[in-house]
Amino acid sequence: MTPPDHVATQAAAHSSVQPPDAPPPVLEPGHTLSTVTDKISSIVLTAPPPRSWYFGLAISFALVMLLMWTITQLLWRGVGIWGINIPVGWGFDIVNFVWWIGIGHAGTLISAILLLLRQTWRTSINRFAEAMTLFAVACAGLYPLLHMGRPWFFYWLIPYPNTMGLWPQFRSPLVWDVFAVSTYASVSLLFWYVGLIPDLATLRDRSRHRLGRKVYGMLAMGWRGSALHWHRYETAYLLLAGLATPLVISVHTVVSFDFAVGQVPGWHTTIFPPYFVAGAIFSGFAMVVTLAVPLRAVYGLQDFITERHLDNMAKIMLATGWIVAYGYAMEAFLSWYSGSPPEEYVLVNRMFGPYRYQYWALLACNIAVPQLMWSRTVRRTGWMLFIVSILINVGMWQERYIIVVTSLHRDFLPSSWGMYHGTKWDWSMFAGTIGLFLALLFVFLRLLPMISIFEMRTLVEEEKHVHGGHSDTSDPRGPAP
Amino acid sequence: MAQLFHPSMNTFSRMTIFGAVFLLGGALWLASVWSRSNYVTEVGVVRDQPVPFSHVHHVAGLGIDCRYCHTSVETSASAGMPSTATCMNCHAHIWKQSPLLEPVRASYRTGESLEWTRVHDLPDFVYFNHSVHVAAGVGCVSCHGRVDKMPLMWREHSLHMDWCLECHRNPEPHRRPREEVFNLAWERPTKEPTTPGSHAAKPADHAEAVAGHAQTDDIHLAALEIAAAIPPGYDSDVARQVTILTSCSTCHR
Repeated sequence: MTPPDHVATQAAAHSSVQPPDAPPPVLEPGHTLSTVTDKISSIVLTAPPPRSWYFGLAISFALVMLLMWTITQLLWRGVGIWGINIPVGWGFDIVNFVWWIGIGHAGTLISAILLLLRQTWRTSINRFAEAMTLFAVACAGLYPLLHMGRPWFFYWLIPYPNTMGLWPQFRSPLVWDVFAVSTYASVSLLFWYVGLIPDLATLRDRSRHRLGRKVYGMLAMGWRGSALHWHRYETAYLLLAGLATPLVISVHTVVSFDFAVGQVPGWHTTIFPPYFVAGAIFSGFAMVVTLAVPLRAVYGLQDFITERHLDNMAKIMLATGWIVAYGYAMEAFLSWYSGSPPEEYVLVNRMFGPYRYQYWALLACNIAVPQLMWSRTVRRTGWMLFIVSILINVGMWQERYIIVVTSLHRDFLPSSWGMYHGTKWDWSMFAGTIGLFLALLFVFLRLLPMISIFEMRTLVEEEKHVHGGHSDTSDPRGPAP
Repeated sequence: MAQLFHPSMNTFSRMTIFGAVFLLGGALWLASVWSRSNYVTEVGVVRDQPVPFSHVHHVAGLGIDCRYCHTSVETSASAGMPSTATCMNCHAHIWKQSPLLEPVRASYRTGESLEWTRVHDLPDFVYFNHSVHVAAGVGCVSCHGRVDKMPLMWREHSLHMDWCLECHRNPEPHRRPREEVFNLAWERPTKEPTTPGSHAAKPADHAEAVAGHAQTDDIHLAALEIAAAIPPGYDSDVARQVTILTSCSTCHR
């Protein structure tokens, strides 16, 4: 199950020399095929989980219980326990839905678009970023379902021949949302699973427990690592990447239509789709960094998730952050340029109205704070980037809050103006989904390899070509796991 | 390394993966069939009643008009169930010793109403008005079936929303002259042009018919006022009426 020794010795022999003009490595030198496999698979198979794993799982599991309790209360007493009411009928539920869906986008971008662009540095972060996507979509999906009030009728959203003689309102973006999000969830799941198959076979072969071998074996679907398997795998993975690529753009575009198609001042604007997509990638990468920094510290993965990864992600955040900033600027400009008093008032109300603190906090977190990433030190220092990423997450949540709440609470008719605040149940639901997200992530870390083993082994070989000089004619992935 | 799985697992796993598609499809098909089955809709199911009242005997045999018992069908939302006194109009004189009618006599003596089991029960979130349907020329038989052939009462139609909408989306084929509403045996003369699909061809007749009913029915008059407010583009009377009839708030108020 381990690669032949000659590969390992060769790799060890010439991994130290690095040409001065080459980019910093995506895999620290000194690794061989076997050390990569050992390191990543041992986290799942042999090493006892670190104490922080138990601690984190305990806290997030407690939050999951809080979520269960909140949902029980919600189903028992109705959506009235939330702060929503006319004029603000969309509150935390939609804010959190958009926030979570946005976070998921980085996973798809990393796994699909960066794959197609042959960005090899994606290799060590794509697995857990995809897992993050799935868990974020799961959290996001809870909100619109529970917002319906009678979630057991969720299937009314799906067009099927029914005894009511009705179809969903196809002209409503809320229905497009159902298609967009469910497609997104299923393609992401499939993509993640297909990418896992060779690694599941590795775990099957290395697992010491009979049950582990059986379960991983079942999931590996008879993977033997033959050339035919690899050929089919590569084809399928590339096709799925092609399928997932438009989803990076389409899902949040459709989410933005939920607002942009409405006529509410502050929503009815064509800048929303690109601005939402950029915001989604911005917040998604912030969440990947939020997860990657503690992960590499706790599990000692600095060799795999290197400073170059942090640096690249920081650059993407900086770029998407500027697109988002442009979006804010255009929103402000057009609300003035429209010449329409309600549109103009939206901006004034956001800046100086009752929600002004949230608005300025949003600008501080999403425009000012990311500018720190111009500094190379910030980009390459884990804890600094971690703080920046947390603030961006907060800022992006504020952004959705501002868009949803300030647009609704004062619209055309001053007589029907009102205020909105989340109740304790809104907050407990939000905390609960964060707990669900983290709990799923902790379970994932324990049961599946958080970094793609076989793709990292490809990197071992490529690093040799780039940084070592020698070439090796053997299969870069080594023999079948 | 020892074999993890028996070779038969290959076949088994293929079967489960491809079988899952059929299993899922089958489950959805079953749910769809089940929701339309008589088991759920109670079509053709006879319910227990305190007295085995026969519509065959009273309607077909004796020729009693629907409105003799269901007195408010032309004037209010509910068709009305007859009071025990209505039954006793006859049964004080005929079949007065019949043990089957003892609950009726008991009700008359004590003043306690007979508790019939409702056969046509719409959900409470549906607003239904008998008088509007009668005024619009919808015959009893259209919804209740050939009651004069039912020895005991059962449901003739599912009362599903798609069944309501089938008529609301295209009411003309289900309408009849006002005087034939209570005639269960009435059949549309074959030469009359108002068959499905051709109703739009005769808007003038339709307008007359609508206007005629409107004089007798306030609720319908209100509906016409709404129709008048519908902007141009919906300029056919039929289209206007269908717009009203298929508006959510017509039935779900």
